[in-house]
Amino acid sequence: MAVDIETVVRVARLARLTVPEGDLETLAGELSNIIGWIEQLDEVDTDGVEPLASVADIKLRWRADEVTDGGIPDKVTSNAPDPQNGMFSVPKVVE
Amino acid sequence: MTSASDLRDLTIAEARDELAAGNVSARELTEAHLAAIEVARDLNVFITETPDRALADADASDARRAAGEALGPLDGIPLAIKDLFCTDGVQTTAASHILEGFVPPYESTVTENLRNAGTVMLGKTNLDEFAMGSSNETSYFGKVENPWQREGDNRPLVPGGSSGGSASAVSGRLCLGATGTDTGGSIRQPAAFCGIVGMKPTYGRCSRWGIVAFASSLDQAGPMTRTVRDAAILLGGMAGFDPKDSTSAEMVAPDFEARLEGGVRGLRIGIPAEYAVDGMNPEIAALWDRGKAWLTDAGAELVDISLPHTKYALPAYYIIAPAEASSNLARYDGVRYGHREDGEDLTSLYEETRASGFGQEVRRRILIGTYALSSGYYDAYYLKAQKVRALIARDFHNAFEDCDVILTPTTPGAAFAMGEKSDDPIAMYLNDVLTVPASLAGLPAISVPGGLSSEGLPLGLHLIGKAFDEQTLFRAAQALEYAAGFDSRPHRG
Repeated sequence: MAVDIETVVRVARLARLTVPEGDLETLAGELSNIIGWIEQLDEVDTDGVEPLASVADIKLRWRADEVTDGGIPDKVTSNAPDPQNGMFSVPKVVE
Repeated sequence: MTSASDLRDLTIAEARDELAAGNVSARELTEAHLAAIEVARDLNVFITETPDRALADADASDARRAAGEALGPLDGIPLAIKDLFCTDGVQTTAASHILEGFVPPYESTVTENLRNAGTVMLGKTNLDEFAMGSSNETSYFGKVENPWQREGDNRPLVPGGSSGGSASAVSGRLCLGATGTDTGGSIRQPAAFCGIVGMKPTYGRCSRWGIVAFASSLDQAGPMTRTVRDAAILLGGMAGFDPKDSTSAEMVAPDFEARLEGGVRGLRIGIPAEYAVDGMNPEIAALWDRGKAWLTDAGAELVDISLPHTKYALPAYYIIAPAEASSNLARYDGVRYGHREDGEDLTSLYEETRASGFGQEVRRRILIGTYALSSGYYDAYYLKAQKVRALIARDFHNAFEDCDVILTPTTPGAAFAMGEKSDDPIAMYLNDVLTVPASLAGLPAISVPGGLSSEGLPLGLHLIGKAFDEQTLFRAAQALEYAAGFDSRPHRG
């Protein structure tokens, strides 16, 4: 299926990525090519096949529900772009 | 054992023996490599060099040895670490602007294991941004150059990717070994391009904890070295169960080196018909034929096998990996760590941060992944790809009823020049056509140098093993390495 400009805009919004207006057409073309190439998967008969999400033949392990870490706000925020009083900061969300 | 270049020519196994015999110190080994790294800066192999840390590691190793407390085969061995492994107190970028300046306050399990084994960290190697690429041309920190060049042609070649810096470092004698990660071929393809050994263990063998995630159901760390034996030794230092990774295999890693010399007499080598595609580069076909002959001469038996869904592995991969990536990379939002672009509101902060922080290929894959997971397309693309993945895994399972390991070439061709394929995403993706199927099935696989192309560039042979049977894989790889007798050197290093 061809990916049109409108779809690129929609997907970019879902992915929280600004795409400059001037790049939309090129990107739509590139994505169409890639998706078109991927669509050869339609040739494969997958009726009755269970999708494989992970090859790890492992059951999720249980562990005790207990605190194993914490009390390290300085470490947690040590890479934050604008840490304030041991917290992360963002532009005002609620007026 | 006098000159610094001799020290850099040692294998890990040789260095281990020289260290144990007291013929060389970890400091001497480390200084020789640090000096070489300075001279080779134009290859752009490292994003971050850590010479002070390296010398401190080396001195600590020498002190342990002097006190009779040496830790094992890797104590004092200088390594390069792919800059996708989080290292406590040392910048970790994933070769992305969005993580520039990020200094983890924790250590990945694999590098922690290597530290506990006494290794020396020389620095963090360059890679494709977020490990997305097959040429190391997508790094925010610049392209990496392959130490090899074509005969009579000095144009710079790519080292492959995504572990291109690690491959160049090992090939160029800038370290004795390096860590890589492999999602669809990111250890094996650059190993083939740089004339070294690169091994992807079974999914679950090495912990993913603290490795910057690309596609979590596929990502796996592994060793990059100059010999098969070294790969076995280095994997021993990396592998092991880790409760912090929910997909870590709950089993003790065997001594991977123990059965290397067992030979291949009676071993059944599967030759998949579907890998002999129309238009296969004749040099690659000839290399494959040589590999078959080497193994049969050594007593192995060739078995024709069929992996009927091989052709669909790459398109399935290019839905699954970007889908997982789009989810994994959602965390880079400019709030908690990494790069931030200020915006008028929270949404524009996210959108502008991600637009300027991610490079072109990463943005492209996030968009493909988001598209494949979005409402109305999920079944048609993502679920379909997962079903095809199941069929690919089943193909291997069936084939391994009749054989013990599978032999193929590693790549469709030798290293190419910078810029040669960067305009066409699909042409670039095709680099991984021979390595991706084993990744989707989670199987261990290794690339071993098999000879030189007519242009004088290294080519790799690829062996795929049964899940958690790395020992047989290494044994076959060792036989292949002996038979190939690859002793060519790159132009640099």
